Amino acid sequence: MSNQEIIEKINGFLVDEFEADINLITPEASLKETLDLDSLDFVDLVVVIENNFGFKAKGEDFVNIKTFQDFYDYIIQRVNQPA
Amino acid sequence: MNRVVITGIGVYSCIGQNVDEVRDSLFKGKSGIGFDAIRKEMGFRSALTGILPVPNLKDKLHRRFRNSMPEEAEYAFLATDEALKMAKIDDAFLDNNIVGILYGNDSTARAVIEGIDVMRAKKDTTLMGSGSIFQSMNSTITMNLSTIFRLKGINFTVSGACASGSHSIGMGYFLIKHGMQETVICGGGQEVNPHSMGAFDGISAFSVRENEPTKASRPFDKNRDGLVPSGGAATVILESYENAIKRGATILGEVIGYGFSSNGGHISQPSVEGSARSLKMSLKDAGISVKDVDYINAHATSTPIGDAFEARAIHEVFGDAKCPVTSTKSMTGHECWMAGASEIVYSLLMMHNSFVAPNINFETPDEDSAKLNIVSKTIEKNIDVFLSNSFGFGGTNSSLIVKKIK
Repeated sequence: MSNQEIIEKINGFLVDEFEADINLITPEASLKETLDLDSLDFVDLVVVIENNFGFKAKGEDFVNIKTFQDFYDYIIQRVNQPA
Repeated sequence: MNRVVITGIGVYSCIGQNVDEVRDSLFKGKSGIGFDAIRKEMGFRSALTGILPVPNLKDKLHRRFRNSMPEEAEYAFLATDEALKMAKIDDAFLDNNIVGILYGNDSTARAVIEGIDVMRAKKDTTLMGSGSIFQSMNSTITMNLSTIFRLKGINFTVSGACASGSHSIGMGYFLIKHGMQETVICGGGQEVNPHSMGAFDGISAFSVRENEPTKASRPFDKNRDGLVPSGGAATVILESYENAIKRGATILGEVIGYGFSSNGGHISQPSVEGSARSLKMSLKDAGISVKDVDYINAHATSTPIGDAFEARAIHEVFGDAKCPVTSTKSMTGHECWMAGASEIVYSLLMMHNSFVAPNINFETPDEDSAKLNIVSKTIEKNIDVFLSNSFGFGGTNSSLIVKKIK
């Protein structure tokens, strides 16, 4: 899967599952504020990541994810990480 | 002691998705029962069930609310939204007053099963998602509705088997009567999915008249062979008479009596003595005699023994008073945890439109039902006072009496 395909897949589930406004999703925008995420939403973020990319994210993985670009980079890195 | 009145009702059921649709179905004697083929694939004896669509609340509620709601909470939201609008209780009222909720519910089978299925498959609890816990708890309806409507009063679920909805109204009545609450949202909700009904089917409680779904639920009829499961939700807004008058609300009826009892016997077999005690207690609480009751909405679910025992209990208490009796379950099927609340809504609709809805499929009486005045066709009738029975597993009984305010 190319990086662009990964980003499109991420944006797809953020719109479908988190009902995000696609126009507000920009690389520099804050993931937490744009999606209005609370602690419970992060659990569901773990679920959609697993459903879409087959790996389990941990809570601490989100500590350094501030922007959508951070989020994309994290997923891309995990997808391309050797099993 | 405060007088307790009803100022709003709402319903989402297999005979209509709002009060107006339900009123018309009741008048026409329309059945909401159908055949759900998936149940045969799952190993059910009977695939009969009330048929109603699962609502789409995407345009009505934020994702975060919906994430925590199983189907029974969705039904309850729609019924409560309708009831609050009828009662003219708006956001400002909810924000500035202490409004409570007591709602009947006694299962969350699908949410539990689906959550556990994920845990077993993935061997990971986080992957059950954040909504699973809130959907799986028996208090799911009250926890969801109290959050959505920002309620600040009493807040818990009443689990009393098939009398849950009735007891919720009884308890709301009690709290308002004694001055502990001014306004309480009461009701009952029931999931309809097959997961919730497999074990009930397993004890051979359901009708197997699958070739005639609309004739399968036939309370009091000699040829009845079991109940038909159903569900949805119904809401009744209770408040003190003084409060209702002060804010200019339309009063739909006054709750004047609540009776209850426990059979103290078998877990599934009913009891004439226990049922009769509930009836007598409600009449005593209301301070009326049997001659004052214009209509009885029976619990009768269409099981051979349950209907017979209720008929004997009604006859024991009412004698030869010949009060019209019907079981609206002949049309709706058995709405279980919802039934005690929905049958108050159904009876109020009859009261306000001056008719008695038929006990459809009552064709041949048996020796017990022959002693009652069971109405099989819609009749026009002024109803000033009605009594509604609800009985459940474990021998829990509830009887409510409602009076028209003129």
